[in-house]
Amino acid sequence: MDTPVLKKKLGLKERYAAMTRGLHWDTTYQPMDKVFPYDKYEGIKIHDWDKWEDPFRLTMDAYWKYQGEKEKKLYAVIDAFAQNNGQLGVTDARYINALKVFLTGVTPLEYNAHRLFAHVGRQFTGTGARVACQMQSIDELRHYQTETHALSHYNKYFNGMHSPKHMNDRVWYLSVPKSYFEDACTSGPFEFLTAVSFSFEYLLTNLLFVPFMSGAAHNGDMSTVTFGFSAQSDESRHMTLGIECLKFMLEQDPDNVPIVQGWIDKWFWRGYRLLSIVAMMQDYMLPKRVMSWREGWEMYIEQNGESLFRDLARYGIRKPKGWVQACEGKNHISHQTYAVFYSYGAAAAFHTWVPEEEEMAWLSEKYPETFEKYYLPRWNYWREQAKNGNRFYQKTLPMLCQTCQIPMIFTEPGDATKIAYRESDYQGDKYHFCSDHCKEIFDNEPEKYVQAWLPVHQIYQGNCFKPGVDPTKEGFDPLLAVFDYYNFKVGRDNLDFEGSEDQKNFAAWRGDSVQGAKK
Amino acid sequence: MSVVALKPYAFPAKDVRENFPAPLLFIGWEDHLMFGTPVALPLPPDTPFGALGTAVLPGTYGYHPDFAKIDWTKVEWFKSGKPWKPDPAKSLADNGLKHKDVIRFRTPGLSGINGSCN
Ligand SMILES: [Fe+2]
Ligand SMILES: [Fe+2]
Repeated sequence: MDTPVLKKKLGLKERYAAMTRGLHWDTTYQPMDKVFPYDKYEGIKIHDWDKWEDPFRLTMDAYWKYQGEKEKKLYAVIDAFAQNNGQLGVTDARYINALKVFLTGVTPLEYNAHRLFAHVGRQFTGTGARVACQMQSIDELRHYQTETHALSHYNKYFNGMHSPKHMNDRVWYLSVPKSYFEDACTSGPFEFLTAVSFSFEYLLTNLLFVPFMSGAAHNGDMSTVTFGFSAQSDESRHMTLGIECLKFMLEQDPDNVPIVQGWIDKWFWRGYRLLSIVAMMQDYMLPKRVMSWREGWEMYIEQNGESLFRDLARYGIRKPKGWVQACEGKNHISHQTYAVFYSYGAAAAFHTWVPEEEEMAWLSEKYPETFEKYYLPRWNYWREQAKNGNRFYQKTLPMLCQTCQIPMIFTEPGDATKIAYRESDYQGDKYHFCSDHCKEIFDNEPEKYVQAWLPVHQIYQGNCFKPGVDPTKEGFDPLLAVFDYYNFKVGRDNLDFEGSEDQKNFAAWRGDSVQGAKK
Repeated sequence: MSVVALKPYAFPAKDVRENFPAPLLFIGWEDHLMFGTPVALPLPPDTPFGALGTAVLPGTYGYHPDFAKIDWTKVEWFKSGKPWKPDPAKSLADNGLKHKDVIRFRTPGLSGINGSCN
């Protein structure tokens, strides 16, 4: 009677332990440091991996079950959306251009995130961290798929959505998100988590998610809204991973603090620059506005960030270096970014347009100190010119920042009439930057950023033509050859919304006159 | 500072002069933010500096109503942000311009649409 009875089922806690940390063993044939070569060289000192708080508290079997149910619902909505011609219910066809930017700029990042979390999910010595990263890796793969499926319906009806992955690897403005991720994936695993999980997912992600999802809801795009809801529970896990990892590093050893602070400085700025494109979509590309970029910034960054960094002060962490400049930028970056896309509207796979009268009034109201003073005059001029058939298309390629790869559109702190120019000399060459912070990121690791694949420079080096193209041939048009290399359908994907195939089709499908399509 | 890496870290720079058919020159027009970004142009080193205003920049900046009014003898030049006096008769190279240099110009009296720097 003394024989212990084996429990048939493990309790929740035991089960969790068995399926996460219980899967770990210390290697004996090979030293652990050789099996896990990457998690020490960054200088982060970990004394006790058991102190890692598992942020997800989820086992794989529960994960599959839960995600499977979520996705069944999501696909039911996507199907219904397609059956009911949901694309006709959006506010107006200009809205689709925000989706094009999302599909080509953000969706491929999900796939990259999947790859990178799979990589670091192999590299940490601690099992807790490995399991968390592996689950996020699967999340990101699901996001890549569900976003692609949710948006593929629009690809049947609208231009510019046919080659997102191809474009992400080549198109000039898409090198901004692409290089952001490649910078993160060529860092060590701790920097990677500080970059993506903390600085992006924890600190900045609301700025991306909220305008997109409420923007979709406001503009009648239920397919995207449902995708957003389905991703939201994943996002909250991802945010938890970011803050847990950060606190873990800071608690393990005081020597970790300056390293982590340096990463926060760098990745806050990289993330902030990356979000310029979201700022532009929010203020200019949603026919029905949700809130301005500035309002979102104040709510999610200035308010939440204040309390976050007050909390982190006990570890010796201060606000990121670029904080003040980023806060000043809230009044400018959406205007500067959209204006440059308007100027280069011949070279983008989405449409741009002059904001309508009441949209300009909205911008004046939301940006009382800056819009009318700095930005409205160019819109008034451009509108006049466009009316007379002289729509502005800049044809000379822009100068880019070596670090963030954005054209040099950002102005001096304290003077919005002057473009900010910064430069460094390295190995006999000059390198140029949009800001003090992009310069500092370069100066800290010049060997890394001299390898940057800057699209404008690659075009001038002749590396952006399809194989077999002969640039010496009579009548060769380099720009058209570059668009061909990008898989742009010239005249359909690019140029102004006014007069576009998207505009005409949408009006015809809805039975509106072209004029009425833009309401 | 430099990259922290497991192994020696040395990779070629992507944008050295040899990789381009001609040196790159970056050019910006001050007080004209209708052109929201300076531009990048590959220009043969023997291009006369004076050709910038007459042959190179009209394609880039000609859209602006101020451009036709520019008196090129009065233009103020800056190289890497510092005042600079190029000789229009000499070539870009003889004016000391090298690959990836950045120059800007100010057009006194012309500061954008209604003086708005646009
Ligand atoms: Fe994701
Ligand atoms: Fe930058």
